[in-house]
Amino acid sequence: MSRVEVYGIRHHGPGSARALRGALEEFKPDAVLIEGPPEADPIVELAGDPGMAPPVALLAYAPASSASGPSGASGQGSEEGEDGRKAAFWPFAEFSPEWQAIKYGLGAGVPVRFCDLPAAQQLVPSEEAEPPPDEADVRLDPLGRLAEAAGYDDAERWWDDVVEHRGAGPSPFPAIAEAMAELRERMDGSRHPRREDQREAHMRRTLRRTLKEGHERVAVVCGAWHVPALTAKVPAAHDDRTLRGLPKAKVAMTWVPWTHGRLAGRSGYGAGVRSPGWYSHLFAAADRPIERWLTAAARVLREEDLHVSSAHVIEAVRLAEALAALRGRPLAGLDEVTEATRAVLCEGADLPVELIQRRMVVGERLGAVPERTPMVPLQRDLQAEQRRLRLKPSALDKEQDLDLRKPTDLERSRLLHRLRLLDVNWGVPSDTGRSKGTFRETWTLMWRPEFDVELIEAGAWGTTVRGASTARAKAVAAHATALADLTSVAERCLLADLGDALPDVMRALADRAAVDTDVARLMSALPALVRALRYGDVRGTSTGPLRTVVDGLIVRVCVGLPPAVANLDDDAAREFLSHIDAVHGALALLGDDGHTEGWRRTLEGLLARPDILHGLIEGRLTRLLLDAGRLDDVPDRMARAVSVGAAPARAAAWVEGFLSGGALLLVHDDDLLRLVDQWVSGLPADSFTDVLPLLRRTFGAYAAAERRAIGERLRRRGRSPSGPSRPADDVDDARAAAAVATTLHILGWTETR
Amino acid sequence: MTEDAVLRPHAEQEHAGELARLAEHDDRPRPPGWRLSPWAVTTYLLGGELPDGTAISPKYVGPRRLMEVAVATLATDRALLLLGVPGTAKTWVSEHLAAAVSGDSTLLVQGTAGTAEEAIRYGWNYARLLAEGPSEKALVESPVMRAMRSGAVVRVEELTRMPSDVQDSLITVLSEKTLPVPELNTEVQARKGFTVIATANDRDRGVNELSSALRRRFNTVVLPLPETVEDEVDIVSRRVDQIGAGLELPESPAGLEEIRRVVTVFRELRSGVTGDGRTKLKSPSGTLSTAEAISVVTSGLALAAHFGDGVLRAADVAGGIVGAVVQDPVSDGVVWQEYLEAVVRDRPEWRDFYRACREVS
Repeated sequence: MSRVEVYGIRHHGPGSARALRGALEEFKPDAVLIEGPPEADPIVELAGDPGMAPPVALLAYAPASSASGPSGASGQGSEEGEDGRKAAFWPFAEFSPEWQAIKYGLGAGVPVRFCDLPAAQQLVPSEEAEPPPDEADVRLDPLGRLAEAAGYDDAERWWDDVVEHRGAGPSPFPAIAEAMAELRERMDGSRHPRREDQREAHMRRTLRRTLKEGHERVAVVCGAWHVPALTAKVPAAHDDRTLRGLPKAKVAMTWVPWTHGRLAGRSGYGAGVRSPGWYSHLFAAADRPIERWLTAAARVLREEDLHVSSAHVIEAVRLAEALAALRGRPLAGLDEVTEATRAVLCEGADLPVELIQRRMVVGERLGAVPERTPMVPLQRDLQAEQRRLRLKPSALDKEQDLDLRKPTDLERSRLLHRLRLLDVNWGVPSDTGRSKGTFRETWTLMWRPEFDVELIEAGAWGTTVRGASTARAKAVAAHATALADLTSVAERCLLADLGDALPDVMRALADRAAVDTDVARLMSALPALVRALRYGDVRGTSTGPLRTVVDGLIVRVCVGLPPAVANLDDDAAREFLSHIDAVHGALALLGDDGHTEGWRRTLEGLLARPDILHGLIEGRLTRLLLDAGRLDDVPDRMARAVSVGAAPARAAAWVEGFLSGGALLLVHDDDLLRLVDQWVSGLPADSFTDVLPLLRRTFGAYAAAERRAIGERLRRRGRSPSGPSRPADDVDDARAAAAVATTLHILGWTETR
Repeated sequence: MTEDAVLRPHAEQEHAGELARLAEHDDRPRPPGWRLSPWAVTTYLLGGELPDGTAISPKYVGPRRLMEVAVATLATDRALLLLGVPGTAKTWVSEHLAAAVSGDSTLLVQGTAGTAEEAIRYGWNYARLLAEGPSEKALVESPVMRAMRSGAVVRVEELTRMPSDVQDSLITVLSEKTLPVPELNTEVQARKGFTVIATANDRDRGVNELSSALRRRFNTVVLPLPETVEDEVDIVSRRVDQIGAGLELPESPAGLEEIRRVVTVFRELRSGVTGDGRTKLKSPSGTLSTAEAISVVTSGLALAAHFGDGVLRAADVAGGIVGAVVQDPVSDGVVWQEYLEAVVRDRPEWRDFYRACREVS
């Protein structure tokens, strides 16, 4: 005579989990059926592996290329994965009843099977629009609703109260089944989605098949809501009709590590849990959960140097219990404990309460899966790399400083950059500004479970992290439309040391640069490339191909610049000014004499035809060449530019281009200052009003101290107009010599003796 | 003197009826020394309805859990520290708690910079002390000592205003629950039901931080500012009605619209951003508490009743608001002008208010 026990549990309910474990040990089934995707049957035994540590999740995903059709009956179910991506998760924590059932089955050596609708059908997009499940839907957490009706806001404490603390009474499961039958009866007639029917039909069908195979004692573990449907007598033909001819997708199934934080979200098992840390504690604590929890909270606070004594804990426990009594609850729950923590342990302050919330109530934790778990090769490669480089994934964000001069750190940096190319943002570079050195990088590392999905998707690009990111970079380069996109890909390739991708990217870059006639775009692409070139040197990357591209780019810029800057209006001139500055800076960074020479000659050529230049640009070119020591007639040029013959607006623009960003020149070059001074004071009254805003724009950009210094110099000049410059202060050369020598040494202008 | 003639009746006098009805219906266990069960105390504070239909008016409008924590704290004979910025009903809550728990809210030590140790421990009747020498009769008991003898709740207002050494004399009382009198070689041991409710604010200037030894002996409840405009309007109008009745002002409908306006102005300036979250504002130096809003509206009502047409209008509250906001004539003056010109002026339905404010400032 075969016997079937149906255990209605609360998903992720520690109370259910403990009761279930006890019930199973008493019942001693010879087969265990669990609500979950049947495709996972072949890999369920992995749960017994010592390398498996919850929280973990079953992941169903649509494989990129493999054509392994899933087994199982047909049926219609549909569940779109997150972000429209075809993937679904069934997470398990240590305190999940399903997990306990799996562990029991594996430990007792009886078959464990999943009986829900196959993931193959749940992943098929829905043709009938399902109403979005609303939070208050009783089906999501029927036991939680019962608890609510009984005046509890923590369903687990209700369970403790009504189930656990009733002594060694009868198993709670028959009572739950009755309650659910009552609930469902009330709900009947209201909407009962077709997918629910299909899922329950499939559960019944699996149960029938298991019995037919000759199992005599079958335990079924499913959400409490489904219990009445499974115990009901429904003819097999009816279920076959429900499940007939439904579409299915190709899916593959594997285990992935999960986090407590992600348990909080909705998933394949309905409503998530908001306080996984608390549940985990309730499951693990042998007795006196409140006392143990508050003691643990006190320890957390002490670790943060907040002084919390045992006396505090005692008072907190008393307060929690008094609160529970006041609220008419026999036992204190998370709410009472949190209030007690706030009022006693944290002395009313919010920050420590948040700390407890983060560290204990959620209790962030990352699970682990054994090595035998089916994985795409890319995941395996990443795991090997992680081990080799001793970079452990963790669910809490962590800062990692990398010193690129060390080989391991360099490799780590490359790995993180490669993963970023694959959209796996495990590490995010952070600009903490602590160190500006090019040999140092700071990353924020945080592993999120969905990265496994990204990796599986990226598996289409290759089998190793390096190979996949290379292929990805090539593809991005081939489809890039803007020159700036290409340069950014090139930069990332260099950072990730993807030498194989570089030639392709460079070719694409060279091609695009060759046909691009817009000098402005070429100029804006140059700085990033030059940066990459210099940076590549620090990181020991081969930059030969990049060098070629940069060389070509500079020549093109030099050739294309003169026609491009002719006859510009104000806005265009301003834009070009920034480009010219950027290229000038990039060339200084590059430090290539040949290119610098060519660039200067181009600028000189431009200055020879000042009529077509905008005042702003002419002024700036004059300044750049002055700084380079290539012009010796600057006062004349300036006098010419600002003389009465020039329109005041152009003169002011010239002054702005010439002076912007360089107040010190005015402070120290007396001749220049006199020139500007004379020009300003020589302006007719109405022209002065015209140029005033332009002048203000120039001088307004100077720092207050610089403006003051200029003003003081002007005042002094007024006092002694003939003096060329003030005689130097009374300097004792002998005493200054030592300081001068040191300064020169620091600047690298003298050799050490 | 009859109760009708007093300016401000104590909580247990004003709500004697409610307390009696609650006690009648209260069949839950009462901690030793308590007049009501913790459940009934909570109901008294938060309002509710008794089985016989008696309505209990809410004394505190705010999160229920705070009051529950406060009552539970007292039930575990721990001392309670109510913390918060001015005007968050700390004193109000402590008075009603004391009235409900021990039926007596008059055992009160007011903390000031000049509060001496005698106010917490005991003093002497010096004439008697000189005449008869130290004896029980020459002892002048403090409210704390009396509360210990009778097992009642004693309130310590503005704890942080007291000098630190006076604060610390509470430590023995709280940890040992006894008050030694070395001169007579005796002590007063607290009876069951004795506990301390202290209030303190952490924003004002001129406060003495609590020592951590004392702080440890309190459970702390931080009272927040009202969460929504509706809550605050509710609090203000409720209190204004009560005060108006107490002062026997001529009946005048406290215009809800005007109260809402006062509360909105206070909230916007306090939080430094307009209600719709679109405009950033400077905050004045004053605290702009709910209590101040209440007094602005009350004085506005008095103005309207005695000098106006009996209806609360913008002109009646304008003066009060300006006075509450502009505490520092220079910096707050700028804040107020900015608010007036940038926010008030652009609200078409606030035109009368704008004009009234322009007149007074």
